[in-house]
Formats: sequence, structure tokens, C-alpha cells
Amino acid sequence: MLGKTFMQKTTRSFGSRAVPKQTQLFIDGQWCNSVKGGTFETIDPFTEEPITQVQRASREDVDKAVLAARIAFDHGPWRRMSATDRGNLLYRLGELVEKNAEELAYLEALDNGKPVSVAKAADLPLTWNTYKYYGGWANKITGDTIPAPGNFHAYTRREPVGVAAQIIPWNFPLLMQAWKLGPALAAGCTVVMKTAEQTPLSALKIAELIKEAGFPDGVVNILSGFGEDAGAYLSTHSDVDKVAFTGSTAVGLQIMRNSSLGGLKRVTLELGGKSANIICEDADVDMAVQQSHLGLFFNQGQCCIAGSRLFVHDKIYDEFAEKSAKFASEAKLGDSQDAATTQGPQVSKEQQDTVWGYIEKGKKEGATLLAGGEKYDGKGYFVKPTVFADVQDDMTIAKEEIFGPVMQIMKFSDYDDVIDRANRSEYGLGAGVVTKDIGRAFHLTNGLRAGTVYVNCYDVFDPTLPFGGYKNSGIGRENGPQGLDNYLETKTVIMSRPDGSLP
Amino acid sequence: MLARSSFRNSKRFFGTRMVPKQTQLFIGGEWVNSANGDTFETINPYTEEPITSVQRASVEDVDRAVDAARNAFDHGPWRRMSGTERGDLLFKLAELIKKNGEELAHLEALDNGKPITLAKIVDVSNSYLTYKYYAGFANKFVGDTISAPGDFHAYTRKEPVGVAAQIIPWNVPMLMQAWKLAPALAAGCTVVMKTAEQTPLSALRVGELIKEAGFPDGVVNILSGFGEDAGAHLVRHPGVDKVAFTGSTEVGLDIMRNSSTSGLKRVTLELGGKSPFIICEDANIEESIQQANFSLFFNSGQVCIAASRLFVHEKIYDEFAEKSAKLASKAVLGNGLDPNTTQGPQISKEQQNKIWGYIQKGKQEGASCLTGGEEYEGKGFFVKPTVFADVQDDMTIAKEEIFGPVMQILKFSDYEDVIKRANNTDYGLGAGVITNDIGRAFHLTNGLRAGTVFVNCYDIFDPTLPFGGYKNSGLGRENGLEGLENYLETKTVIMSRPEGSLP
Repeated sequence: MLGKTFMQKTTRSFGSRAVPKQTQLFIDGQWCNSVKGGTFETIDPFTEEPITQVQRASREDVDKAVLAARIAFDHGPWRRMSATDRGNLLYRLGELVEKNAEELAYLEALDNGKPVSVAKAADLPLTWNTYKYYGGWANKITGDTIPAPGNFHAYTRREPVGVAAQIIPWNFPLLMQAWKLGPALAAGCTVVMKTAEQTPLSALKIAELIKEAGFPDGVVNILSGFGEDAGAYLSTHSDVDKVAFTGSTAVGLQIMRNSSLGGLKRVTLELGGKSANIICEDADVDMAVQQSHLGLFFNQGQCCIAGSRLFVHDKIYDEFAEKSAKFASEAKLGDSQDAATTQGPQVSKEQQDTVWGYIEKGKKEGATLLAGGEKYDGKGYFVKPTVFADVQDDMTIAKEEIFGPVMQIMKFSDYDDVIDRANRSEYGLGAGVVTKDIGRAFHLTNGLRAGTVYVNCYDVFDPTLPFGGYKNSGIGRENGPQGLDNYLETKTVIMSRPDGSLP
Repeated sequence: MLARSSFRNSKRFFGTRMVPKQTQLFIGGEWVNSANGDTFETINPYTEEPITSVQRASVEDVDRAVDAARNAFDHGPWRRMSGTERGDLLFKLAELIKKNGEELAHLEALDNGKPITLAKIVDVSNSYLTYKYYAGFANKFVGDTISAPGDFHAYTRKEPVGVAAQIIPWNVPMLMQAWKLAPALAAGCTVVMKTAEQTPLSALRVGELIKEAGFPDGVVNILSGFGEDAGAHLVRHPGVDKVAFTGSTEVGLDIMRNSSTSGLKRVTLELGGKSPFIICEDANIEESIQQANFSLFFNSGQVCIAASRLFVHEKIYDEFAEKSAKLASKAVLGNGLDPNTTQGPQISKEQQNKIWGYIQKGKQEGASCLTGGEEYEGKGFFVKPTVFADVQDDMTIAKEEIFGPVMQILKFSDYEDVIKRANNTDYGLGAGVITNDIGRAFHLTNGLRAGTVFVNCYDIFDPTLPFGGYKNSGLGRENGLEGLENYLETKTVIMSRPEGSLP
């Protein structure tokens, strides 16, 4: 998963912060201000200062964008382009992302707070590989010819579903944008995308590259804005055929309830998680400590699939808990632009407060604090890496998604019981298993109700690997050919053929 | 290679002929002479003069090449590369071909005789698309997980079949090289390719681009040489797992018989054809004439799927025959490097003589020669475009593959009967139908025993479209997903899992 590019030391002093160029809305191939003239600030989570103002999409802008996408789909050249040509545009975009990776990584780190070294090594290669992956799929989407009974020539066609409304989160802005745009465009849909209000910047740079790559006007429209007005309106818009949302379960359920207000929409959702990571008795403890650390603390704990319930076998529990706490406390909190930083700030004050609230709950409800747990003093929305042990299944921190650098270690001794405990959650996004025993691996893997199960690894992402949730963690899968299915509609055609013609 | 200015000269003054640089064998990533120092000349079919001498692969060179491919497959880095990485190399190759398109088209026109305008639009462009298509497939071919009865974790893996021996023809050299290399490399195989002795040059230039793209040594090996020694030795070599051949039916059947002399090899063949083109009573005559002319005379008639049996409905027969002859006689015979040329020379004196033999037979057996039919006088292996009408099913020219610019027009009146007559052949590569009647289209399409059926079009080639023959026209399909499967072996894995684990 981590890209081949090794972590480069930045030569830029982390005091300098270039002001990003693109701040407008991207509608119908043009850059424009919002109709109502509203803007909002995007904050640098390290300095706590505004980076810049960007245009804020209102309902009128959503209408404009949806109209542009609708016309582009119904009447524009996009619908008549060959799949090969669509794929070529996606390849071109992938190449442009790779070419502009430095600038994009910088923007991403600035807006989100993640270390720029990680953005370069992970977010960027995954992003361009996703565009390239789907570029290759475009002309390989096939239907079937079917030997139906009777004198018929019968077949299925896979057609683009139409205008897709896509709402992406702030934790992996570039990558989440690619996971949505890649398959939608490969399938031939047009898109109106609303980015997260915390992280509007990198998506706008991508829009410049989309235009440079040569996508026809109106095929991709990008709006910076807020969920409560622009997002809600977009997901219920009567001219939208498909809604794809990644974000919290609470908002996802709301979208599910409201999406059909303006007509039946196909909805796919990637929501929250409280993923169980099961460390078995035969695990190599040092390896398991590394695996589970990555599984929880990656991206400042702001990962939907974070392994936030660590079930550790009682035989290795004490050693594991002690080593985990030690390892966690070695994190280097700092400026994303500083190559030495391993943990950046949380994305916003709101998130910092929410995470802190959970830490206090954890202490109150009696979990044992092994590391962190004190409020961060100083500038930046930091949360010190925190490790709780002796966590009980019914504690708040064991049930609710924290989305921060707070690890929960729980004890188990029976394997069938731990499967039940792991599954006893409204979520079902991911799970992890650490064991050398082949039988145990299958026993756990087949029993866990989760969309992705990692065995002796964690957080392996690739455009080839389908990703999504069971239960309240979501509906549908992104990546792989399954990701395409979200943007395709099947048309069955039955043509009568003459008597006497062969079946 | 040659400086750019020389190419511009060649375009304007088509008397100038550049001398190709690369004439050696490409083995294990190195350019080498043949083991016994033998060389042979490749002739320019327009001037009848040698272009240059190239190294001639001996039996020892075949051994060396197979060893290199075997070693690269069993021990080299290639086998451990991911599909994504293999695909990236194929993308690079595609881009290099596009970049060097002018030079490649020139080489192709020089060595093969075909018009350079066609070489650019068809050969070079299609080669680029083919490498790009399969580049996209490399990380997308999947096995299945299977719900087998019993306590098992069962799945299939698709693995590369191993070392592939590929023998390509002289009619569309670069494109045939792409149709073979691209899927083999996407699948992860290594290759020993023997090119046609008439047209060794463009493949060697592509060999240079393969090295430039960064394919590991030994993954692709290219030998110029002859079928009777190098080719025959290659297909029987015990180090080869897979044989893919495109060429005459006669040699194909030979390969089929001999390939298993030293172990069972998977064999796919693309052989000859005598494809019927059925022009129905409701056809638009002007359009049909154009289609039929294109379908037969394209590439000087040197196309395996050439529509060499035109079944024309009696209602439109006379008008069709007269107009076809007129259109055929408008061909401009000339140097392939001259952009005004529409028909180049045949590939060799041997072919020219052979075709002339068929023309004489046609006259002898009583077909009406409407145009052409006289021997070409002057330099170059030309055959004047010839049209025979009143051709009977049992005439030699109606049964045997001519592979030249000689058109056969036959009459029909009944649709059931014409299907039978069309199928009354050992071949089954292609077929064409011209009609606006939907029922008739299905009736004929479903009844014709041919690997590709064109309706109201002809000679549509694309890497997305599977291509291959029924009966003696071949075994297996190239292009599409099918093309990939020629180079994959399926491994079924059944792992026991513990009782009590979920199915």
C-alpha cells in the first residue's frame, strides 16, 4: 500500500505556506463564484488560522451544477464517446496527478493536517493508481448474450446510470475523490461532487487537471460547501440518478431516508466503523503491536476502518498492552510539512473536542489509561496518542466510533466467543486477525461479519480490492469491478428473430 | 535512431530509403548475432531489392532464447511483479510506440509494401491501442472463490502459463506482434517470438522499445528467421509451455501435429479463411460495393478474413458486378511510401506468382474476368486488382485461399441455401452480411459458422473484440478477455478449514 517513493525530506521550511490558487466552484467546465456570493474559510489545523476563503455552494449553485451534469449526460459528447476514449481521459488524468503529485501532497497536508511524507508515499500513488485502474476498465465493461428460450436474440447492455451526486469526506480527500470519480467516469456517468467543508482545496486542483486532461464541460462539477445546505439539497435533487456518500453513519442514514424525496435514487454509502482486530495467542507480539498500531493510529485515527477494538488473547495480553502503550507514546506530533512528524493534528477543533470527550468518558467509565489521556497544550488541534486497556464491551469507548488516536485494548480467551463479541456491533466495515495458525485464520475470517478482513496485515488499500461495509457501515462496495456496478444500469434487450433461424 | 530530418525527407521524396539500424537477434535483453553467423536479406517488394541483411536465428539461437525466457519466468523479477506493475510497463510500451509511430509506419511500409497512410492509421494505431488495452487488463483478471460442499476454503487462481512461443506472419507484422505480446505479457508469461522472414524489421524496432520501456531481460525475446528451421524447432522445444501461431492453415496443422513431440503444449492458431460476404436483395448497392471492395482488396488482399466469396442476390447481381469491377480498376498501384498509393505490391515474388496462378485457373475454369487478369509489367511484386464474376462454388478460386487482390462474385437467390453454401468450406474465420432487414440479419448471423460476422460493415478490428476461427481457420480467440485466457492456467486450491467454521 505505501508507495514506493521513500519519505523525502522537504526542503521547504515549514513556516512557509503558499496560498492555493483555486478557490472557486467548478461548474460546466468553468470556474465561477457562488450565486449568492458566499464564501467560507478553510482552516489550517496546525496553525488554527484560515488558509484561504473558498466559494461556498448554495442551493442555486447545486441547481446549476446538476443542470450542467444533466445536459452533459443527455446531450453532450460524453455519452457518445467510445469507452476507449473515456478510458484514455482517465489515464490522462492519472498521469497529470502523478505529474503534479508534489503540489497535491502539499495542499492535502496543509488542508487536512496529515504528514506530507505520508501524503506523498500513500495518498498520492493510491490516487493516481485509482484513476489509471478505472481508465483500464472503461472499455472492458461487458454485458452478456443470453441463450433464452424462444426465438429471441437476447442480451444485456450495461449503461451509465446518469447523473451521480457524490459527497466525499475530509479524512482522505484526494483518494476519496478518486474512488468516486474513477468508476463513475469509467462507466460514462456525469458527476456533481460536494467536497468536505474542512478540506476543499485539493479537489479544486484536481478539477484543474480534469479540465487540462480534456474532459468535456459538465462531465465533472465540483462544489465546495456544507452538508446541511448544499449536500442535503444535492442528495435529494430530482435530477440526480445516483447518490454516493462517504461519511458518518448518522448522515448516511439521513441520506438514505431523504434521498427518495425527489424520486427513487440508487444509493451507495461508505460509513463508520468500530472494527475488531483480534490478536491470537500465537501472534508474534512485536509484529502484532506494529500491525495494531498502524491499524488504529494511521491518519491520526481518522480512518473509517480503524481497528478500534483490539481483542487480545489473555496469554499475551499484558506484554501486548505494555508494548502498545510504549509504541504509541513514541509518536512525533508536529507540523505536517515537517518530515519528522509522524502524527499531525486532527482536522478541526470540533473533531479535537469530540475525541477529547471520548477520552474523558473512557477514564470516567473505568478503563485503564496506559498512555496519553492529557489534553494537548499548544497550537494545533492535536490529541496525544492515547491507549486504554481493560476496556469492557459495554463501555462507550468500546461501542462508539471515536475517529481519533485512541486505542482500546480488550481481553479474550475463547475464539468462538470473540467472534460473537466482534460481531456484536452495529458496524461491519473491517476486521483484523493476527495468527500463524491456518485453521484459526479461516475460522475467524469466515465468522467475522465485516466487509474487509485483514489477516496478519492492516490498512492494505488498492483500487483492485473491493471495500465497503456490512450492516450500518454501508451499502455497496467501492473499488474493483464492483465499484463500477454502482454506476451502471442493466438493460436487457430481447429481439424477436425469425422462425427457422438457429438458436 | 535516424535523425528526425531524414524522416521528413522520406515523407516528401519517397525515393529516399532509410536503412534500419536494428538487424540483430534480441535474446536475454541483449542484441546478438546468430550463433553460426548466418544472415538473410529482407526484400523491398516495391523495388525488388534487398533493404538490408538481418541475423538469421539458428536452432542454437532458439535454444538460447528459450533458455532466457525460461530463466526469466522461473527465476527472474517478472514472476514476482504485480499485475499493476506489468500493466505499467505495457503502458510505457504503448506510449513509446505512439511516440515513434512515424518511424514504425515507415519501416512497416518499406518491409511489407503496404501504403504508409494505412500503416499509420491501421497498423501503428491499432498496435498502440492493443498494448494499452492489455496494460489495463493486467491487474484485472481474477479467479473465483467457490462455495464448494464440505469444510473447505476453495478458490481458483489464474497463473501465467509459462514460456510462450509465438510465431507471427508478414501481412500485418506490427499488429500481429501486438496481438500476441500484449496478452502474454499482461498475463505474466515470457515470450520467444519468431517473426516472418519476409518482414523482420518493425518487430526489431519494437524490441528496442521493449528494452527502453524497462521490461526485465529475457521476458521478451525476438528472433528473425525461417519457419523450416527456427520456427519448427521453437514449437517443439521442451522448454516451451504454449504455442501461438498465425499463418497458413497448412503450417498450422503441421504445428498441431508436431508441437506435442516433446511434451503437451497448449496451442492456439489463427489460420486462413475463405470468408463469405452475403449481399442481400435489399442492400444499398453503392454502399455494398464500397464494403465489398474494402473487405477484399484491403492490404492488397493479404488479410486472413478477406471476404473472398461474394454471394450477391440475383436481383442486384448485374449492377453489383459491373460497379465492383469499375471500382476495383480505380486502384492506384505504387510505392507504399507514396501517400497517393492505394494498393501496394504483394509481399514477395512467391506470393505474386501464386496469385497469378489462381488468376489463370479462374480464367481456365470459366469464370468471367471483368477487370484485371493481366500480368503486371514493371518493377515490384504487383498484381492488378482482378474481379471474377459468374464464379461457381466448385471452382478453385471459390474454394482455395488466394491471399491477393482477386475478387470472386457468386450468385444466389435463396437465403437458406446461401447459408449452406457459405458454410460449405473447411474454413470459418469470418463472414459478412449486408441487409437492412432485422430478421434476415439474425437469420444469417446465427446460421453462419464463422468466428466473426460483420453486419453492414467489414474489417472492424479492435483489441476489445475477440477474433478467431471455426474449423480449419483456427483454434481459440485473440483479443478481449479471451485473448488473455490463452496465456493463463487455472489452479484450483482447496484448503481444509476447521469444523465449526462457517461456510
